[in-house]
Amino acid sequence: MSSPFYVAPEQQMKDRADFARKGIARGRSVVVLRYADGICFVAENRSQALHKVSEIHDRIGFAAVGRYNEFENLRIAGIRHADMRGYAYDRADVTGRGLANAYAQLLGTIFSSAGEKPYEVELVVAELGATPGEDQIYRLTYDGSVGDEQHLAVMGGSADVITEVVAAAHADDLPLEDAVRLAVRGLASDAGPGQPPRTIGAEALEVAVLDRSRSRTRKFRRLPAGVLQPMLAGPGQPG
Amino acid sequence: MSTSGAGSFGAGLPPAFLRAGSSSFSEFLSAVAPELAPASRTTVTDATELSPHGTTIVACTFPGGVMVAGDRRATMGHMIAQRDIQKVYAADEFSLIGIAGAAGIAVEMVRLFQTELEHYEKIEGAPLSLDGKANRLAAMIRQNLGLAMQGLAVLPLFAGWDPAQGQGRIFSYDATGGRYEETAFHSVGSGSVFARGSLKKLYSPGMDAHSCATAVVQALYDAADDDSATGGPDLTRRIFPIVMQATEEGVSRLSEAETSLIAAEVVQARMERPDGPAAGVI
Repeated sequence: MSSPFYVAPEQQMKDRADFARKGIARGRSVVVLRYADGICFVAENRSQALHKVSEIHDRIGFAAVGRYNEFENLRIAGIRHADMRGYAYDRADVTGRGLANAYAQLLGTIFSSAGEKPYEVELVVAELGATPGEDQIYRLTYDGSVGDEQHLAVMGGSADVITEVVAAAHADDLPLEDAVRLAVRGLASDAGPGQPPRTIGAEALEVAVLDRSRSRTRKFRRLPAGVLQPMLAGPGQPG
Repeated sequence: MSTSGAGSFGAGLPPAFLRAGSSSFSEFLSAVAPELAPASRTTVTDATELSPHGTTIVACTFPGGVMVAGDRRATMGHMIAQRDIQKVYAADEFSLIGIAGAAGIAVEMVRLFQTELEHYEKIEGAPLSLDGKANRLAAMIRQNLGLAMQGLAVLPLFAGWDPAQGQGRIFSYDATGGRYEETAFHSVGSGSVFARGSLKKLYSPGMDAHSCATAVVQALYDAADDDSATGGPDLTRRIFPIVMQATEEGVSRLSEAETSLIAAEVVQARMERPDGPAAGVI
């Protein structure tokens, strides 16, 4: 790609970052948070068919916001990466850290390559440890930087506002119902403090968990609308 | 970094991982790391003695599910290679696979098949139909034809719960990948002739799960009685047949306590009548 004018590298990177951020901000948000038995993913998603949250491997889950075709491509690459490792070595050798690194390299390369537009996506790779202390939540941004989140991660348009609401009442040992209600309350408060929260019904939510108490080796489980409805209707909010 | 072979497990995601493709793991494996795919190998001579052989697998349906059981013996020629080999596996949450034939190849095929089913389910967001799974397995067996002709044939028995039909179903295969649906019960492996004969007399369509489990253990006992390559229940070492079922709730394995109890009952009854329960002549 040739350019007739000189553009300072700092400016070029800033333009690319702005472009990616704008794309990401258009979408609805996703909250990933720890709860008593593992890690919970709550996404506002009106589509039943196009998933924002997905299973990657036995103990690894994936959540994304931004441009669907881009994160879907990354999701499939992640499943291929995990299954390839699990088949070539052993299921125990598939780790969230390995996957997060693979994504970071790819996103970083695309972001800094002049020939390609940056991916307009933000991802979370969450891994369930053997004990709650070993749970990992990795957050990856469009430029390939990786953040290791201790308790929760929020991605999407109004991430800052939502983080504030969720973090204020979050604890790592919340029961599942409370964690889901808290995340939904956060998603509904995206208009900002002082504004009335929206109402988000079970049909507009995509919720899944990595559940340590599940007896099968695959710990990922979706919570269908039938399970969510009574949960959302439950008693008072925590905190 | 190379885009194939060991390079695929490096830190990054090579271009092949991002390319559009099907939901099949085995196709992806053949394209990206062909050296790991079972079909890429052939030998030149008779290789029968290279791998231990797994022997008898039996399956039968009951209202609400299907039961698959296998003995625990693997042989190499006249030698017992292993006394406690596992030959029945869960293929996924609703299906089971029992393997007879070259054990090394069979276990690898099971692993590939399990990964294949899970891979499809994760990418598509929905599991394959039971017929789809059975056909996929047929294709894998067909790819092994080269090795089968050198004496390393794998003959699985596939069974599972079909949510579309609301019943358990059984599929058998031949070495060329032919797929045959079996009704009620079936058996494969060296002792299968005796096991099937036994099940013919013991099976009745209305049987509940427990009677079904007892019937398959009886059938394995009869197979072990007449086939030297099939192992009977080993009461001294406490090695019992593996019995697994697939029902609407998913796949589960009968606990050792349950199988040991059934095996003890069967052996006790055979103390009285070594040939097993008598069937009426008419």
